[in-house]
Amino acid sequence: MTTVSGTLHVDIWRGTETGQFQAFAIPRRDHQTVLDVVTEIQREHDATLSYRFACRVGMCGSCAMVVNGRPRWTCRTRVSEVVDDGGRLRLEPLRNFAVVKDLAVEMTQFFDKWKAAKGFFEPGAEPAVDFAMVPPATPERQAADSGIECIGCGVCYSACDVVAWDRDYLGPAALNRAWTLVNDARDRGQAARLDAVSASDGCQACHTHMSCTSFCPKAIAPTYAIAGLKRAMLGRSLRGGR
Amino acid sequence: MTAVLLLAQRATAFVLALAVAFHLGTILYASRGGLTAAEILARTHGNLWFLLFYGTFVIAVAVHAPIGLRNVLREWAAWRGRSLDLALLLFSILLLVLGLRAVFAVFTS
Repeated sequence: MTTVSGTLHVDIWRGTETGQFQAFAIPRRDHQTVLDVVTEIQREHDATLSYRFACRVGMCGSCAMVVNGRPRWTCRTRVSEVVDDGGRLRLEPLRNFAVVKDLAVEMTQFFDKWKAAKGFFEPGAEPAVDFAMVPPATPERQAADSGIECIGCGVCYSACDVVAWDRDYLGPAALNRAWTLVNDARDRGQAARLDAVSASDGCQACHTHMSCTSFCPKAIAPTYAIAGLKRAMLGRSLRGGR
Repeated sequence: MTAVLLLAQRATAFVLALAVAFHLGTILYASRGGLTAAEILARTHGNLWFLLFYGTFVIAVAVHAPIGLRNVLREWAAWRGRSLDLALLLFSILLLVLGLRAVFAVFTS
C-alpha cells in the first residue's frame, strides 16, 4: 500500500456569482477524498467555507462540485485520481446553477424543471383496480430500469453545454426522469408529459454531446433517454398527435 | 408544433442528403467533357425532370434551413416567440421565391 505525503494545494471558489479563488494548503493523506479535503479546510482553516454534503458514501448526491474542471461527487472522488501534476486541486460550485455561497448551489430551478417535464408519477383520476403486472423482461420495464437510479445530484446538469447556452432547456436529469415515466405502464399522464418534453426547450434541444452520459456518477445514460423521448415525440406526431 | 418542425427538419434532411449527392454527382459527370453554359441550358430547357428535381430541392431547403436557423437563434441569440417564427417564415418564403425563380429561369430559358 502506498503512503502519500506532502502538501496539497487547494484553490476554492469563495463568493457567489462574483468572487475569487482562495488558496489553502493541507497535508496529503492516504485515500483522502475531495470531500475530506473540503471538510478539513472548513474545520481546521476557515469555518466560514460553505459546502453541502450528507451521506458521504455516494447515496445522496449532495456533495457534487466541479473538481479541476469536471463535475463530480466529491465523496466518491479520491484526491489521487484528480490532483494535477503540480499537486493542485481547484474546487468550484456546480456549473449552470445559481451559487448560494462558495461551493453550495441553489437547486430550485433544477427541480422545477423536473416538474415542468412532468417528471412525477401521474396515477390518474381513479385509483387502479388491481396491481399492474410489469414483467421485468419487457422493453419498457428495461428502459425505465436503465434510468431509474438517478438521485438528482445535478452532475449531468452541470456538465450540459445546452443548459449553459439555453437556461430554459429542461436538462438531462428531468428528461431522463420523464423517459422512465413514459415507460411506466401504470402512468396516466403520458399526453401531458409528451407535450411538456416536446416543447422547444425539451428533448429536441439536446445536441447529443453526451456530457451528461459521460459524467453521470451512476453510469446512467440520459442521452439515450432523450433519444427515446425524441422517438416517442415523433411517433406521436406521425400517428396524428401533436 | 415543435414535433412537426423536428419531423419536417429530419424528413427534409433526408431529401437534401440525396438531392445534394445527386446534384454534385451530376455536375461532376456533366462537366467531364467540358460542357458550355449553352449546352447545359439546351439540356435543361423544358426538361420536366429538371423542374421536378430542383423544385423539390428548393422546397426542401426552404423548409430545412429556417428550422435549423430557428434553433441556432433560440440558443445563441435568445430570440424567442412569435417575432422569431415570423422572421423565419419570411426567410423561408424568401428562399422559396428566389430558388423557384432560378429554377424556372433555367427551365424556361
